[in-house]
Amino acid sequence: MKVNTMKFLVSRIAGIAVAFGLIMSGTAFAAEDEAPTPHYPLIKPKNVEWSFGGPFGKWDIGQLQRGLKVYTEVCAACHSMNLVAYRSLSALGYSNDQIKAYAAEYEVTDGPDDEGEMFQRPAIPSDQFVGPYPNVQAAKAANNGAAPPDFSLLAKSRVPLRGFPYYVFDVFTMYAENGPDYIYSLLTGYVDAPANVEVPENANYNPYFLSGSALAMAAPLSDDVVDYDDGSPQTVDQYAKDVAAFMMWAAEPDLVSRKAMGFKVMIFLLIFSGLLYFTKKRIWSSVKH
Amino acid sequence: MSATDTTEPTRRDILYIATGAVGAVGVASFAWPFIDQMNPDASTRALAKVEVDISSVETGRSLVVKWQGKPIFIRNRTEKEIEEANAVSLEDLKDKIARNENLKDSSAAATDANRVVSGKENWLIQVGICTHLGCIPLGEQGDFDGWFCPCHGSHYDTAGRIRKGPAPENLLVPPYEFLSDTLVKIG
Amino acid sequence: MSGHSAYVPKSGFGKWMDARLPLARLVYDSFVAYPVPRNLNNWYTFGAILSLMLVVQLLTGIVLAMNYVPNTTMAFDSVEHIMRNVNYGWLLRYMHFNGASFFFIAVYIHIFRGFYYGSYKNPREVLWILGVIIFILMMATAFMGYVLPWGQMSFWGATVITNFFTAIPIVGDSIQQLLLGGAVVANPTLNRFFSLHYLLPFMIVGVVILHVWALHVTGQTNPTGVEVKSEQDTVPFTPYATMKDLLAMTVFLLVFAYFIFYMPNFLGAPENYVRADSLKTPSEIVPEWYFLPFYAILRAITFDIGIPFTDIVLINSKLGGVMAMFGSLLIFFVVPWLDTSKVRSATYRPLFKQFFWIFVLVCIGLGYLGAKPAEGIYTTLAQILTFWYFFHFIVILPVLGLIEKPKPIPASITEAVLAKNGVAKS
Repeated sequence: MKVNTMKFLVSRIAGIAVAFGLIMSGTAFAAEDEAPTPHYPLIKPKNVEWSFGGPFGKWDIGQLQRGLKVYTEVCAACHSMNLVAYRSLSALGYSNDQIKAYAAEYEVTDGPDDEGEMFQRPAIPSDQFVGPYPNVQAAKAANNGAAPPDFSLLAKSRVPLRGFPYYVFDVFTMYAENGPDYIYSLLTGYVDAPANVEVPENANYNPYFLSGSALAMAAPLSDDVVDYDDGSPQTVDQYAKDVAAFMMWAAEPDLVSRKAMGFKVMIFLLIFSGLLYFTKKRIWSSVKH
Repeated sequence: MSATDTTEPTRRDILYIATGAVGAVGVASFAWPFIDQMNPDASTRALAKVEVDISSVETGRSLVVKWQGKPIFIRNRTEKEIEEANAVSLEDLKDKIARNENLKDSSAAATDANRVVSGKENWLIQVGICTHLGCIPLGEQGDFDGWFCPCHGSHYDTAGRIRKGPAPENLLVPPYEFLSDTLVKIG
Repeated sequence: MSGHSAYVPKSGFGKWMDARLPLARLVYDSFVAYPVPRNLNNWYTFGAILSLMLVVQLLTGIVLAMNYVPNTTMAFDSVEHIMRNVNYGWLLRYMHFNGASFFFIAVYIHIFRGFYYGSYKNPREVLWILGVIIFILMMATAFMGYVLPWGQMSFWGATVITNFFTAIPIVGDSIQQLLLGGAVVANPTLNRFFSLHYLLPFMIVGVVILHVWALHVTGQTNPTGVEVKSEQDTVPFTPYATMKDLLAMTVFLLVFAYFIFYMPNFLGAPENYVRADSLKTPSEIVPEWYFLPFYAILRAITFDIGIPFTDIVLINSKLGGVMAMFGSLLIFFVVPWLDTSKVRSATYRPLFKQFFWIFVLVCIGLGYLGAKPAEGIYTTLAQILTFWYFFHFIVILPVLGLIEKPKPIPASITEAVLAKNGVAKS
C-alpha cells in the first residue's frame, strides 16, 4: 500500500521535527555560555527590596528626599534631568515655598527682553530642572568626549535584559525594578579590574556596566560625601539605594498611583467577569454545546 | 439544573441587573480618562500663578505680562489719570459693576477705588482682553485716555471701565496680591 | 444569512425609519437574530476581542494625537509630556502601547485558530484573504506607530525596515527615498508616518467591515468543520454569542490591565526611552516581539542564491532575506489553495493536527531566534526553521490532503454535540 508507506514516512518526519525542536531549545541555551563575544553586564544586577516594588508599592518619601539630596550635591554636577519640573517635587513632600527656594538656586536663560537681549533669571517651580551644561556638545567637551546621560528616564532606559526564562517568571512575580537594581549595582559595583582585563584610558572597570567592562564615569560616591539629617547611614550603599529610588521616581512619577489604580481596576474586572460568568452559564444552561 | 433555574425568575433577574449595572459603571469609569485628558494639564496648571517684578515700571508706563496665556495690563497710573477716573460719576458708566475678582462682593460698584487695591491706587492691573469679542485693546488711546479696542471701537477710561462702544463690561481685574512693594502675584 | 430578515419594527418611529434607512434591521439581522453554530468554543471569541482591541486603539490613539507633536525636535518630549503632565496621560499611553501587543496576541490566536479548524477553506477564501489584508495593515500601522515616540529603537527600527526596499534591484534606492522623504529617516519621515499611522486604522476598520460581511454571508465555521444544516445546529447571536464574547473580552481585559498597571514596560525595548540619535546605533536592534518570527526569517537568508558551479548570483542574500520575509506573509494568501484536504477541522485530521502543532513550535522558535544575535548556532537554527516554515505550506499542506485518512466526520453539529454530552442524558 503506497499510501500507508507515505503516511509512515510523514509521521516519521513529524517525529523527527519534534525531537529536533527539543534539541534546538537545548542547544540554544547551551550556546549562550560559549558565545564568541562576552555578554554585558558581566554580572547581573543585585536585587534590592524596593518600597515601590510589588502590587502595593509605595514611595518611601524620606528615601526620595535623600535621593534628591544625593542628586543635587553629587550627580547634578555632571548629569542633567531636564524632563522633570521643579514643581513635581511637591510629590516628595516639599511645600511650595521650599520648592521655590530650591528652584531659585538655579539660573535659567530667558528672554529676549524689550531690548532684544537674553537674560538670566532664577528658576521658578514651573521650570524644568536646570542642567550643568548648556548643551550636549559642552557636556561632551567637559567630560573627555562622553556626555553624561540625562537622568530623567535612566531608570527606564538602562535595563539589562533578563533573558529566558527569567522574563517569564518576572511576569508572575511582577518584577519591574531592574532599572533601579541596575543603577544601585553599578554605583556600588566599582572594583579593581582583574589582571586579564585591559581597561582603556579614562575608563573605569565595573562588571555591572551594561555596555562594556568599563565606563567613563569614575565611582561618584564615597562614604560621608552627603550629610543626611534623618539619621540614615551615610554610606555608599545607602546613597546608591536612595538615588536609584529617586531616579525611578524621576522616570515614572506616576508609578505608585498607577499601581493603586491598577488594584481597583483588577478588582472591578474580577467581579465583572464573575458576574458575566454566571450570567453566561444561566443563558447557556438550556443549550447543550 | 436547568429545571430549578427557570423556577427562580427573580434571582435570575437580579443577576442580569447586577451584571448590567456593573458593566455600565465600568464603561463610565473607562470613559473618564478620555475626557479628562482634554482638561488643562499639569504644566499648564503650574502657570496658574505668576509673580511679576514691577520695580521697573515707572509712573505713566505700562507692562504686559502673560497669565494663563492671557495678556495682563499692569499700569502705573499718573495722578492725573487717577483724578480723571475718580471724577466720573457712576451714572455715566455703561457697566456699573467693578468686575474685580479680588472683591468679596461680586456686585460692588465700579468706583475707581473698587478697581484697585487701597494704598496702591496707582497700580491698575487688569486682563487685557476686550469684553466684547476678545481682541486686545490698545493703551493710552480712545476718547477717555484709557484703552481703545480697534476691532469694534470700544473705549475704556483710565480705570479700565467701558465708556463707549459695543463692549458690555469693564475690563476684568484678575485675582492678584502684592507680595511686596515691587512684587505682585497674579492668580 | 438566509437573506430573509426576521426583523419586525415595533414602534411607529421604528416603522418610519425602517422604510427609509433600515439600520435597526441591519443590526438586528447581523448581531441579534444571526444564527451561530451552537458548538463554538472559546477560541472563537477572539474575533470579538479583536474588535474590542481595535476600538481601544482607535480611542486611545485619537486622544493621544491631541497631545502628541509629530516633529523630530518635540516628539520625544511630547510623549514624556503625555506621561508626566497630561491628565491620565500615562494611562492612555500605556494602554495604547501595550494595546498594540495585545492586539497582536489576539490576532495570532485568531489566525492559528483559523489554521487549526480550516477556516480558510471553500467557501471562505475571501473571508480569509480579507483577514490577511487586515493582518498586513496592522503590521504596517504598528511599525509606523512605533516610530512616533522618536526613541532610539523608533529611529533605528525605521532605518532598518525602510532599508528593506533598497534590496529591490534598480529602483530600490529611489523607493526608499520616496518613503523617507530624504536620504535618511528625518522629520519628513516622522510627519508622514504620523499621518499614515492615523489613516491606516480607519482602513483597517473598512476591511474589518468587509471581513464581517463575508463572515455573515458564509456563516461561521465551528470545531467540527461541518456546515450548519438546520436551525437545530445554531443559536441566535444574542444573547448566546454576545454573552460568551463579553465574558471572553473581560477576561482578556483582565490580563491586559495586569500589564498596563503592573508591567507596562515589560513588552517594550528600554532603549526607546533614549531620545533618537542619528549618529549612534544601539548595540542590538530588536523589533517588537510580534515581528520577531518574520525578523528571524529575514536574517536567516545569509547566503546568495545563484546558478550552481558558477559565480552568477541571481538573488543576493539581502534581497533573498527581504523576499523570504515578505513571502512568509504573502503565502497566507494562497493557503486556501495549498491545503488540498476536503476535511475542514483538525479534529478529524490526525496527521494535520501533529503538523499544526509542529508549525506552532516552529513559529515560536523563530520568534525566540529573532531576539537572539544573528550569529553561530542561532543563524543555523533560524535557517532550519525558516525552511520548515515554507516546507509546511508548500509541501506538507498539499501532500497531507492527498495521503491523510481522516477520522469519521459527524453528520451534523447537533450529532457531534449530543455525542460529546452523552446521548443518554435526557
